[in-house]
Amino acid sequence: MTGEAKSAADRLVKVKRLNALLTPVKELRKSLNEQAGAARPTGVLYGMPVAVKDNICTLEFTTTCGSKILDGYRSPYEATAITKLKAAGALIAGKTNCDEFAMGSSTEHSAYGRSMHPLDKTRVPGGSSGGSAALVAAGAVPAALGSETGGSVRQPASFCGVVGIKPTYGRVSRYGLVAFGSSLDQIGALGRSVHDAARVLSVISGRDPKDATCEDRDPLRLPTVPESLQGFVIGLPREYFPSDLDPAVRRACDRAVRLMKEQGAAVREVSLPHTQYAVPTYYVIAPAEASSNLARFDGVRYGPRAEEAGDVRDLYRRTRGEGFGPEVRRRILVGTYVLSAGYYDAYYRRAQQMRALIAQDFRNAFDRGVDLLFTPTTPTTAFKAGEKLADPVSMYLSDVFTVTANLAGLPAISVPVGRVKGLPVGGQFIGQAFLEDEMLEAAYALERVVPATEEA
Amino acid sequence: MAGGAGWETVIGLETHVQLRTISKMFCGCSAAFGAAPNTHVCPVCLGLPGALPAPNGEALKHAVRAALALGCTVHARSVFARKNYFYPDLPKGYQISQFEQPLATKGSLTFLAPDRGLVTATIVRLHVEEDAGKSLHDRFPKATAVDLNRAGVPLIEIVTGPDFRSPQEARAYLQTLKQVLEYIGVSDCDMEKGSLRVDANVSVRRAGETALGVKTEVKNINSFAYVEKALGVERDRQIAVLEGGGAVTQQTMLYDHKDNAVRPQRSKEESHDYRYFPEPDLPPLLLSPEFVAEQQNLLPELPASKRERFVAQYGLPQQDAAVLTAGRAVADYYEGVVHAGAEAKAAANWVMGEVLADAKDHAEALRVPAGSLAQLIGLVKGGTLSHQAGKRVFAELANRGGDPRTIAEALGVIQVADSNVVSGWVTEVLGAHATEVGRYKSGETKLMAFFVGQVMKASKGKADPKLAQKVLEERLAS
Repeated sequence: MTGEAKSAADRLVKVKRLNALLTPVKELRKSLNEQAGAARPTGVLYGMPVAVKDNICTLEFTTTCGSKILDGYRSPYEATAITKLKAAGALIAGKTNCDEFAMGSSTEHSAYGRSMHPLDKTRVPGGSSGGSAALVAAGAVPAALGSETGGSVRQPASFCGVVGIKPTYGRVSRYGLVAFGSSLDQIGALGRSVHDAARVLSVISGRDPKDATCEDRDPLRLPTVPESLQGFVIGLPREYFPSDLDPAVRRACDRAVRLMKEQGAAVREVSLPHTQYAVPTYYVIAPAEASSNLARFDGVRYGPRAEEAGDVRDLYRRTRGEGFGPEVRRRILVGTYVLSAGYYDAYYRRAQQMRALIAQDFRNAFDRGVDLLFTPTTPTTAFKAGEKLADPVSMYLSDVFTVTANLAGLPAISVPVGRVKGLPVGGQFIGQAFLEDEMLEAAYALERVVPATEEA
Repeated sequence: MAGGAGWETVIGLETHVQLRTISKMFCGCSAAFGAAPNTHVCPVCLGLPGALPAPNGEALKHAVRAALALGCTVHARSVFARKNYFYPDLPKGYQISQFEQPLATKGSLTFLAPDRGLVTATIVRLHVEEDAGKSLHDRFPKATAVDLNRAGVPLIEIVTGPDFRSPQEARAYLQTLKQVLEYIGVSDCDMEKGSLRVDANVSVRRAGETALGVKTEVKNINSFAYVEKALGVERDRQIAVLEGGGAVTQQTMLYDHKDNAVRPQRSKEESHDYRYFPEPDLPPLLLSPEFVAEQQNLLPELPASKRERFVAQYGLPQQDAAVLTAGRAVADYYEGVVHAGAEAKAAANWVMGEVLADAKDHAEALRVPAGSLAQLIGLVKGGTLSHQAGKRVFAELANRGGDPRTIAEALGVIQVADSNVVSGWVTEVLGAHATEVGRYKSGETKLMAFFVGQVMKASKGKADPKLAQKVLEERLAS
């Protein structure tokens, strides 16, 4: 299989200009060669190169999370998802660029430079799993791992015109995924097709005693492609089609809905009334958890340590001040604030209450006979690099349609549904907890009929 | 009481107890004490990026048993929380603990207070948490070393109400707590090894006042003896401040045993806002009524009820029962001796005397099997051995083992109960002490003890002293 390892490496090297891969070429070639020799020929992913977001621990390559504070960090253990991929015969095809600690929606917040959109280098590939999405879109790998906290797989998948799945919270072990917002984080899969993403997801899913939040369930069983969408009831939440939605994005989604109807799906409008609070809720909970999760990066045990520090407090201040980029520092500050004595009830506790209401919105919709929800994945297509850097809130709002699934712990998938001025548009299905198979069936059916690369 | 008349001391205790489990709270690393630094570590307890905690079921069982032994309500649902602060020996930058919803609340522990008799302290809460590592400030010049072997070792924190009225009471409570926790086998409660650590909230008020005074927290108390000393020093300091017209400041005081003094912790170190929030890596801890009942059933008899039973069942004085039930091993041993046939009070005397003395010199080992001791007690009781000879046999049993009667025979200490033989020794003694015989006959009867002693001496301890006295009385009466 060394020939395949070489061609996999060649494909990755060819798209080096995207700055999507953080692993040095020489190291990548050597490792792929070694892995090919050791891979299990019986595995269901035998020989499939899978690129991995750099916040997932691997033994083969460094794990930096796109941060200076982990520059050169080599994990002494690997994530459960990686162990499962290797057991299935996949090749770990290097580490992909991402926003620092997965905080961002453009991959511009990486300490290792921004990644380019494969179709337009002046644009961003989305984020935070932008490197993974760009590599899949450029045809360098058939699939890649990303991670989601508020849409970090689906949003770049949508921007780059590939498929991105976020599983139900608890479907995939988080062991070895460097934590950002632990109650929201899930490893997700990106692929050229629903099938490529789904088979990777299926392999990495299932119980893991090392993660107490991972459900004691068998791995996800892959559904077959359905003949039609007969019997499916698809809900269109009106809050996800606001009047100021980019008309072209709306057109692409409308066309997808029409095609699903033609395949026999019943479509009805539903309401998720607390949607408007999702982004503010998310931007309390995720930073709160992040402020605690990122406390371990103190320069004491691993990672670069600030030189010439005075006392231990000075060591922390300098190491963290120098090691974290501005977006990470901003979120640590916000998170620390909302958990502080005197502010906890006003922010963190209220956000948790709102989170429960958002989850209840979904349950209400599903209780009324809706099987799946369909929405645009993002309000716009890929934006220009630098366009939103100065305005964090406008950057945060690009997650407006994706954060809800993370807050409610539900599975969701972004599927390409067309192009606007040459740039991909993604449509999103949000499914019921642990019913990924149903969601995948709908995605297969849509994928089969939608002219994903045609202007909407 | 020392420390100024007219003042009342009020103390509440927060005790951290390491649970005696094979592995740590949230990973599979060994929880054993004393290994080479940083050898019992893994990605989880090192706080490496991406590692996650997985709860240790054994530790949770221990914690539930401790809560039940202290009469607490164990909650069906409790929630782990993160306590956030930066310190080099805290690998994750937070400690996994419990905050708003602890494992157990509302218990009590009754202990014998030196001045007030039996006092019941309230257990406000008992929660589970993980230990931090250790910072070693004196190992390397101008540098602090960190040993993370202890990081992640399971702990319970037991918080009392402000129920103690003197440092002596605080100590008595702690000793009772230690006894209970040792009994149920959840901890070895060794303060020197740090498996039991205590912080105290101390305040004073004028006698008769009901409102609590401003309290300070006293930390760094490393032994049972220091509990009394540290709290006494802090009480005296507060009284002196108040009597001098000053006010007590709420702060943390560190005890230094070298000069028996307390000093305020630098305020920079204590201005913590721990930013507690529910630990998202761990689902709420759900305990079924069946699980809790099972732990309750696994609890052994607790010291207080064992003591009462010893009094009732064996007819022992309270004091004896207290000594014998102080530790579970000794109590079990005592019952073993009685069950092997020894008379209860005699067994109590032997265990409290020879057995405990021997154990003290041999690392608390109970070296003579209960059955052998019962036989030995039988030999003494039946007159085969004198008490003195019995002690010699005990020492042999302890050092070399064997059968009590065989040892007694080998030592030649079996008492002679043949009156002809004893008569011979009596003749010898009376002949040698004519003066004393005369004094006895003229009414100085208390010399009998002297004569018996002399007979024992002549017989090299073998004569049955009762028989010797009988023969002496007959002969001196004639």
